[in-house]
Amino acid sequence: MEAYIFYIMAAVSVTAAVYLIFEKNPVYSALYLILTLVSIAALYILLEAQFIAAVQIIVYAGAIMVLFLFVIMLLSLNIKEELKDAIPFQKIPALFMGILLFSVLCIILKSKFVQGKQGEYTSAYVASVGNTKLIGNLLFTDYLLPFEITSILLFVAAIGAIMLAKRKL
Amino acid sequence: MITLTHYLVLSAILFTLGVIGVLIRRNAIIIFMCIELMLNAVNISFVACAHYLNSMQGQLFVFFTMTVAAAEAAVGLAIIVAVFRNKETVNIDDINIMKW
Repeated sequence: MEAYIFYIMAAVSVTAAVYLIFEKNPVYSALYLILTLVSIAALYILLEAQFIAAVQIIVYAGAIMVLFLFVIMLLSLNIKEELKDAIPFQKIPALFMGILLFSVLCIILKSKFVQGKQGEYTSAYVASVGNTKLIGNLLFTDYLLPFEITSILLFVAAIGAIMLAKRKL
Repeated sequence: MITLTHYLVLSAILFTLGVIGVLIRRNAIIIFMCIELMLNAVNISFVACAHYLNSMQGQLFVFFTMTVAAAEAAVGLAIIVAVFRNKETVNIDDINIMKW
């Protein structure tokens, strides 16, 4: 059962990603990216990361993609614009380089490089305490400083976005 | 049985698709979406490694990655809006004022 869900969701996410990069209309591209993000959220649930799955749907598929769609519709883009190619013959080398990158990544995966020490958070322990509670505990104890710095980062990003998008200061 | 390698290969495929998208597309917004796709591909390998190593750190890092992605999307889209206001285009071939 788990294997079937994995294969279905992996196929959906890869297909939607392919459509994302070859779709002419940016609005459709954004919708395909939302499909990819939702299927990745399903994979997170398979990996017993319920909190991350919920955040993925709320923050990524909800907030960030709404921002993207908003900007796309605000700018009223000309779809025909992309048809003229300033650098001809770029697509074939780009695809070739992508395949090369994928082979290098697979060679790294095949080596015994990907190993690590087993941690203490086993599935049974996480299920008994609760995934969200454990993440909250860690965020407010061991990772308190990064968590607070994150708030400053978001604050700076909000100010920066307003500064950049404002017509006149 | 789904192993860690399955998830890492899926992550590699999505990352490669994101890189190809950045290389072949000319629309700045779609290039931006491909960058988001690459961030997500890395997040998959974080969560998968965390699950198979019985660890929690991977999920925390994904949490921070998402925050950085949200900040980056806000600032990046603001830059795109500012560029569009000046040049009336988001085609990156026409945005070459920094070319020497």
